[in-house]
Amino acid sequence: MSDPASPLTLDARALSRSFAGRPVVREVEIKVGRGEVLGFLGPNGAGKTTTMQMLTGNLSPGAGSISICGVDLLMHPVAAKRHVGYLPETPPLYKELSVTEYLELAARLHRVAKQKVASAAANARERCGLAAVGNRLIGTLSKGYQQRVGIAQAIVHEPDLMILDEPTVGLDPNQIREIRSLIRELGRGRGVILSTHILPEVETVCDRVQIMHEGNVVFSGTVEALRALRGGRALVVGLRRPPPIAELQAVPGVARAEAAGGDLFRIEPEADADLGEEIVRRAVAHGWRLFQIAPAQASLEEIFGHLTQREDATTEVAA
Amino acid sequence: MIATIAAKELRALFVSPLAWVVLAFFQLILAWIFLSRLDAFLSIQGQLVALANPPGATGLVISPVFGVASIVLVMAVPLLSMRLVAEERRNQTMTFLLSAPLSMAEIVLGKFLGLLAFLLVPVVLIGVMGAALAIGGRLDWGLLASNLIGLGLVAAALAAIGLYASCLTAHPVVAAVTALAISLVLWMINLATSDPASPLHLVSLLKHFEPFTRGVVDTANLAYFVLLIGLFLALAIRRLDADRLRG
Repeated sequence: MSDPASPLTLDARALSRSFAGRPVVREVEIKVGRGEVLGFLGPNGAGKTTTMQMLTGNLSPGAGSISICGVDLLMHPVAAKRHVGYLPETPPLYKELSVTEYLELAARLHRVAKQKVASAAANARERCGLAAVGNRLIGTLSKGYQQRVGIAQAIVHEPDLMILDEPTVGLDPNQIREIRSLIRELGRGRGVILSTHILPEVETVCDRVQIMHEGNVVFSGTVEALRALRGGRALVVGLRRPPPIAELQAVPGVARAEAAGGDLFRIEPEADADLGEEIVRRAVAHGWRLFQIAPAQASLEEIFGHLTQREDATTEVAA
Repeated sequence: MIATIAAKELRALFVSPLAWVVLAFFQLILAWIFLSRLDAFLSIQGQLVALANPPGATGLVISPVFGVASIVLVMAVPLLSMRLVAEERRNQTMTFLLSAPLSMAEIVLGKFLGLLAFLLVPVVLIGVMGAALAIGGRLDWGLLASNLIGLGLVAAALAAIGLYASCLTAHPVVAAVTALAISLVLWMINLATSDPASPLHLVSLLKHFEPFTRGVVDTANLAYFVLLIGLFLALAIRRLDADRLRG
């Protein structure tokens, strides 16, 4: 079904879009390779959903080009959409249909061959853990199951590119874990774009990350690069009876130590030094009364602040 | 693809209580009209025999029933068509169709044909009701057929108008009111003029339906219905395309 000559499942260039003269997405570039899960991060209103709507042909871009598996979405929308599975923010479910009927409808509308419709629907049901509820009406299912039906309709035609807009919103922790591992599994041999505003989700599921802020891509790089940006391997240490800063600074392997308010101290290690053990040992030996030691990780908001304060808006980090 | 969408719409109509209620009342009203016309016909039958060229049961009973049916359709179709697109917008399920490899024309035609298939159920039932007269006498089958064709075309035209109205909004009720307004205006716009040469007669639905009830199947009237249906379907496609541009 796909063009084997194209290693990229998605190649979007210079995508722009404005609503009523107000630019919402500016010159966004997105590339997704086969077998790659791209995390699409951003606060609410950053333009993530608008971008995804453009990538799935729900919204025409103001400018730019979108190529899906080598097929131009704007010139040949029907041919290009065959390669895409899309789960919008609100799963588009027909509540009066049963799960099986709905998935079979999705398969038929995505032009799955007639004799394969039933098996495609059964397969999607199986993979999304819906086998037991196949005959239930979608309207009677819980939110978690409805979300799974939404994912199932996005994969029923075995698309080369899956675009999932906040797939874990509103699920309980167990369901989130299941959905995440499902996404990882589905990502094999395909391209996946996963939009979210939850940092840990990106770190557990994605290979690469793009961060959007106010319509611009402000960060594009690997998950490791994002981690480095989050404060790398610095530690936050809490001491009830702290020594002078200089004494912390003197611990071997410490590059920099600074007070972080209250009894907390932020300690950055030198490259490949492992500080934790040494600090605990000294804290006990000198009676610093250690009550907390944890990796210092910036929250998403801090990263956004950090990224948007830079002079050059886009940071390209080599993959 | 069109058939798949049509089947989905047909199913959606059959699982909605509203559609059943509309169907039931439609049938009830027409059965009542049918019986009262039949009663009237039986009471004057004796005098009719005295006429040189008396009108038959088909003309006196069936044609008026189809006339009433057309007006009931004007009222009923907006209620059935209102959800076609508006409800999908409101439930945000339109994305399901828009993300699938379908053209706008396929979506619109599928929805149109799904509704039309549903509307043909009452149309055919009225035909059956009329045909039942054949048990007690001789029927003018040609007149019955032309009535059926006319009513079918009216149903199709109203469905196209309703579908377009449903594309305009995300509120089914607004869609229903809009469709009713457009349909009513088109139905009796010819009443706005006393000039028999007025161009308003050319756009009136009633003017083009009425010949069918007299047994006249004129290509000009057929062309009118085909153009009207085509126009509103094209408008619906354009409207949905505009959604994608405006967002």
